[in-house]
Amino acid sequence: MNGRTNRRYRKIAILVSSVLLFCVFFLLSVILGKTPTSLSTAFDAFFRFDSSNTEHIILTTSRISRAVIATVVGASLAMAGALMQALTRNPLAAPDIFGINAGALFFIVAAATFFSVESLTGYMWIGFIGAGVAGTLVYFLGSIGEDGLSPVKIVLAGAAITALFVSFTQGMLVIDEQRIQSILFWLAGSVSGRDMDMLLPVLPFIIVATIIALLLGKPLNILMSGDDVAKNLGQRTITVKLLIGIVVVFLAGGSVAVAGSIGFIGLVVPHIVKKVTGPDYTWILPISALTGASLLLIADITARFIIMPREMPIGVMTALIGTPFFLFIARKGVKKHG
Amino acid sequence: MGEYIHVRTKSGRLSFQVRKKSIFLLIGLAILTMAVFLISLASGSNYIPVQDVIAVLIGISEDHAFVLNELRMPRVLMGFMVGASLGVAGLILQGVIRNPLASPDIIGVTGGASVGAILFLSFLAGTVSVVWLPLAAILGAFVATTLIYSLSWKNGVTPIRLILIGIGISALMNAVVTMLIVLSDTTVTTRSYLWLTGSLYGSNWEEIGLMIPWVLVLLPIALLFSNIVNVKELGDDVASGLGIHVQKYRFILIAVSVALAGAAVAFAGGIGFIGLIAPHITRLILERSFAILVIGSALIGGMMVLIADIVARTAFLPLDIPAGVFTAGIGAPFFIYLLYRNRQVTSG
Repeated sequence: MNGRTNRRYRKIAILVSSVLLFCVFFLLSVILGKTPTSLSTAFDAFFRFDSSNTEHIILTTSRISRAVIATVVGASLAMAGALMQALTRNPLAAPDIFGINAGALFFIVAAATFFSVESLTGYMWIGFIGAGVAGTLVYFLGSIGEDGLSPVKIVLAGAAITALFVSFTQGMLVIDEQRIQSILFWLAGSVSGRDMDMLLPVLPFIIVATIIALLLGKPLNILMSGDDVAKNLGQRTITVKLLIGIVVVFLAGGSVAVAGSIGFIGLVVPHIVKKVTGPDYTWILPISALTGASLLLIADITARFIIMPREMPIGVMTALIGTPFFLFIARKGVKKHG
Repeated sequence: MGEYIHVRTKSGRLSFQVRKKSIFLLIGLAILTMAVFLISLASGSNYIPVQDVIAVLIGISEDHAFVLNELRMPRVLMGFMVGASLGVAGLILQGVIRNPLASPDIIGVTGGASVGAILFLSFLAGTVSVVWLPLAAILGAFVATTLIYSLSWKNGVTPIRLILIGIGISALMNAVVTMLIVLSDTTVTTRSYLWLTGSLYGSNWEEIGLMIPWVLVLLPIALLFSNIVNVKELGDDVASGLGIHVQKYRFILIAVSVALAGAAVAFAGGIGFIGLIAPHITRLILERSFAILVIGSALIGGMMVLIADIVARTAFLPLDIPAGVFTAGIGAPFFIYLLYRNRQVTSG
């Protein structure tokens, strides 16, 4: 009994510290950059706004929206990754590895090129559809054959689908040379140069998906003990799995619509979190969300400084951090299930 | 003799036997390749009748000579060499790794070559002669392969681990490429981007001259080692039992494959999936003697790139789409089909 309460306290402590860490990085993200500002200036900007002060304008227009977008996208990707790793029982599962990012991008670029879709809401819905199509395709392809879903098959299918979509996307961009430079930055994943207006249409969906994801913690714990056990305990496993799938599509598709393709957050974060919290999904999901947000904020801050005065696409940063991690897991060996 | 023909050099260094049927099939393939070659020369923004093309080639006519000799010929030759190199590179990889899904683009070899080439284009292009571009790409491919191979090493290399690690390295290389492109000027960006997608646009005789030596050196080496691959396809244990130094030859063969892929990437960028598909089609048609397969893969790989390029040049006139888009369009579904057919091989 005592041990159990201890463990509970430990988890609460982890949760509180990840909230605190997140707050620190959020603040750092707001005050650091090409025009460094102080904490007190930031405070003034929000509570005693002075429209003649450039620092105030930078803070309220670009910095804050950038930090908020990084938070939302990081949290969404991390949760999507945690859910996917649970659903497929595959330590290498993540939105980008499943080809979901590439699928959403392809659909968005195709819609912009051929059907002149230009509204953000349009991009968003098309992003959702693309994410859904690519995710379903890879899930289905990864589970053909009598041995069912195997990590290696999913990774391979994801690689093929990604190659297909990326190549088509590149083809469309080559046709439209003027747009390469601007779209390339977005393709590589970036949270800069976007204002809140880009986030707002997507936000309700991501919030609803996040709430559902957090509620899915308990059913996921049961599901993880095996399909048969879950069925015997009276769980409608198909419904739960379907719900997870839909939540993943909204989280990942929404992120791509806002920030382009940002890889490896969904892969890395759940692994780190699971190491700290243990296998309980009621804790893994919220802490993953916080850690994902923190990690993306860190990546974004680094991206501003590494090649001053220009900026690195954040997708490049996350890939540079994330690939060694992927290699480590791949090297350690993926078991067929688990 | 009967059904078989024996080919053997005096020292016995190179020896293999082939079915007569395979010889006929190879001749058939060669004729087909010639036909595709001619069609490729004939097609473009303005169609030149095939008989006119032949007339120019054998020198009895001067009509369209400039378009054919200076614009289309280098492009078609380059397409063929690139396809042949990629086909053989894929064949070797699949034979050595003994996994039907291996190919230079999937395991990150071409990604490494891209990094090498882009580094060259954005930092050295002004000061160093373009002659060194293929070397830069090959070097990049070697660095990537060394990374992949050493990271997959854990009491030997298993095919599955190699592929997983390769996919990871491939992602890393893509990130580095994007980074380099974003860092470079706008003019370099557009050029690099077009090149990355895999385009034969703007091939010229100078580039042909740079590519030919690589092909002429590497393809014979592949043939020379073909009997070793024959044995190796039986498995590491059998090969060791027959006295072949498995890891050593694996290394040499992979080196040949990497150099071929790197050279191809240097001139045509990321034309994907040829290294994956060409060997499979070849194996469907021809017998499993590696020497035959090398020649067959070269022909089929070359032919595939030519066909993709014909479509790329003519389907969306006046636009010239990179051929890589079409090879991926055919290649990815084929990859998925392989994944499905080899579901036992890939699990685990």
